[in-house]
Amino acid sequence: MYYLFAAYTIIWALVFGYVLLLYRGQRKLRREIESLKERRDRTE
Amino acid sequence: MIRGKGTLWNGVLLGLGFALMLAALYLIFVYVPTEETMGVVQRIFYFHVPLAWVGLLAFLVVFVCSILYLWRRDAKWDTIAASSAEVGMVFTTLVLITGPIWAKAAWGVWWAWDFRLTATLALWLIYIAYLLVRSYTAEESRGARFAAVLGIVGFIDVPIVALAIRLWRTQHPGPVVFEGGLAPSMLLALLVSIAAFTVLYILLVGQRVSLRNLGTELKRLKG
Repeated sequence: MYYLFAAYTIIWALVFGYVLLLYRGQRKLRREIESLKERRDRTE
Repeated sequence: MIRGKGTLWNGVLLGLGFALMLAALYLIFVYVPTEETMGVVQRIFYFHVPLAWVGLLAFLVVFVCSILYLWRRDAKWDTIAASSAEVGMVFTTLVLITGPIWAKAAWGVWWAWDFRLTATLALWLIYIAYLLVRSYTAEESRGARFAAVLGIVGFIDVPIVALAIRLWRTQHPGPVVFEGGLAPSMLLALLVSIAAFTVLYILLVGQRVSLRNLGTELKRLKG
């Protein structure tokens, strides 16, 4: 039972960790793109 | 309009993936009977095999997209190949973690230098190299070309991993799935789990492609 629990916990932890990494990466890049576009629009 | 279609498609896939994963978990932990020889730990099989399947599928996509990239020189193929390699690495890492956990319970050892296991470890190392080649090559297009070559050559190990249990005598369990070695309820649980992980793979590659595209747009804006 211990091994089964360990295997499924690791699978979900790694999948959720990767999803979180992708989500945070996308959010960071979107913010940077928005701020660059705003800055560009202000200077034009 | 394209973005709207993409969001709708993502929503459909997310709903389908969620429903399939719930169904898989129900089948694995409620519906399927406990296997007689190995007991409850055999239930690792219902996630371990789909993870391996998706890992191999991911590297097949890398292989096809690498050929298309070298042929057409269209960055879109390189983006899909790189994204698929990264997602494939996540799944193969999980195969290499869940396999030893199952082995410890079933064989009494974490690892055996068995042909299947060793070929899978080699596969993992090949795609680590694939991702490192991209990171450590200064010129992006050059890194993409090197990676594409590695994505094609490295694919040689995929059929070796897939066929190892048929071609060599290994400690790893034999090909029970296609040879009627599984009870119908076990086969159903396995197939639903494979479907769930395939949808998860498509979703993750889609999100990784989107992240790479955002990175490219940012570079363009920075000039």
